[in-house]
Amino acid sequence: MTSDRIEDLVRKELGRIAPDVDPGEIDRKGDLREECDIDSLDFLNLVTALGKALSLPMPEADYPKMRSYDALVAYLRAGSGG
Amino acid sequence: MGEFRMPSLGADMEAGTLVEWLKAPGDRVARGDIVAVVETQKGAIEIEVFEDGVLERTLVGTGAKVPVGTPLAVIRAPGEAAAPPPTPEPVATPEPVATPEPEPEAPAPEAAPRPEPAAPPPAAGERLRITPLARRLAETKGLDEAWLRAIAGTGPEGAITLRDIEAPGEAAAEPAAPMTEMRVAIAAAMARSKREIPHYYLAQQVDLTPASAFLAAANADRAPEDRILMGALFLHAVIRAAREYPEFNGHFTDGAFRPSSEIHAAMAVALRGGGLVAPAILGAGECDLASLMARMRDTLGRVRTGRFRARELSEATITVTSLGERGVDTLLGVIQPPQVAIVGFGTPAERPVVRNGKLAAAMTTTVTLAADHRVSDGHRGALFLRAIDRNLQEPEAP
Repeated sequence: MTSDRIEDLVRKELGRIAPDVDPGEIDRKGDLREECDIDSLDFLNLVTALGKALSLPMPEADYPKMRSYDALVAYLRAGSGG
Repeated sequence: MGEFRMPSLGADMEAGTLVEWLKAPGDRVARGDIVAVVETQKGAIEIEVFEDGVLERTLVGTGAKVPVGTPLAVIRAPGEAAAPPPTPEPVATPEPVATPEPEPEAPAPEAAPRPEPAAPPPAAGERLRITPLARRLAETKGLDEAWLRAIAGTGPEGAITLRDIEAPGEAAAEPAAPMTEMRVAIAAAMARSKREIPHYYLAQQVDLTPASAFLAAANADRAPEDRILMGALFLHAVIRAAREYPEFNGHFTDGAFRPSSEIHAAMAVALRGGGLVAPAILGAGECDLASLMARMRDTLGRVRTGRFRARELSEATITVTSLGERGVDTLLGVIQPPQVAIVGFGTPAERPVVRNGKLAAAMTTTVTLAADHRVSDGHRGALFLRAIDRNLQEPEAP
């Protein structure tokens, strides 16, 4: 999957969880939970959806690598070979 | 033949609007079936039926706002003969409830209406009762004695006061933003809580090292959809403690505490648009940790899409509120009447602790209890809070 398609996927799933947040407006290097005002259950739902869509295990131990929007996209790209 | 009524979803609810019938006359219904959707201050609520039978006929049309307790439909019990076909159509929609009077808007000064008389004005010939300040204002405004006699004073013995003469709104400040329905509902419930419930508060710092280690190990080989959050562990610890200390689980109604044999633990949830709701996980007392987590996900998922069930709001027996990962150290809750306790969890963080006489850094949270002094005292409250602490030190116990 190309990184554009990964970005589209992340935007779509973020939009489901935080419909009032425009991903174009957030600080892409800032803490994703702060930027989108999401709690740990929202984050778990995001991880669940992304893991299913990309067939990635998304282990909890890797959460620190998914801290910001940019980091999450990079992590997904590396994991899905895109 | 039973009637199915507009349920009360909380002490503060007076009416609801029927937005959808999910069953039609003639449909078979079983206890627990969702038959209608009602719009309330807390959002759209699915309403269950409490008996088996056949929906004989509906009594309220969609769109009607009716008071709590209004019959919505007639349910025919199994085996009962069908009633003769109802005359014409379903019974006319009951009178809509008067919507709460809107806040008086500040009128433009030149259009200020004269205050309406609220009590019989003094008979002519009797001395006009008016305060000196009010008389002076009346003179500057050119109001004659006939005008003054026509209004009812609100001062002592019916005396006209300055306020009676000032046009409404004249002295008012900027119009305040109206409260949302949700805010009105929260304000009503919380004001009632603070008015009626003598709260006492206790707090305990709890070491989360074992709980964190337990979760890391439990989640390591679980797929994301099966992972357990610290919030579920908190809820589980409270439920286990409530089994041991029943005076924190139940309702205080009609001057007496009624402990509940079941534990319907509610979670306070902040809504993205503002406001909060606290739906209960019904039967949470019977759940193990994994099923509690699944129920939590289901309930919170439905809250976010704006649909939960009436019983999830009205039958909660205890509430847990948690600031999550991005909050502050301590949260002191306000009890939701008619419940008698609320347990609050501050944000987990690394803090100093003393172990074997040595200072160390450890993941901790501050757990608080706000409880009803009509039902329990600080001594039992402290034991309850310590039981929660102990449960979090043994997170794997059932």
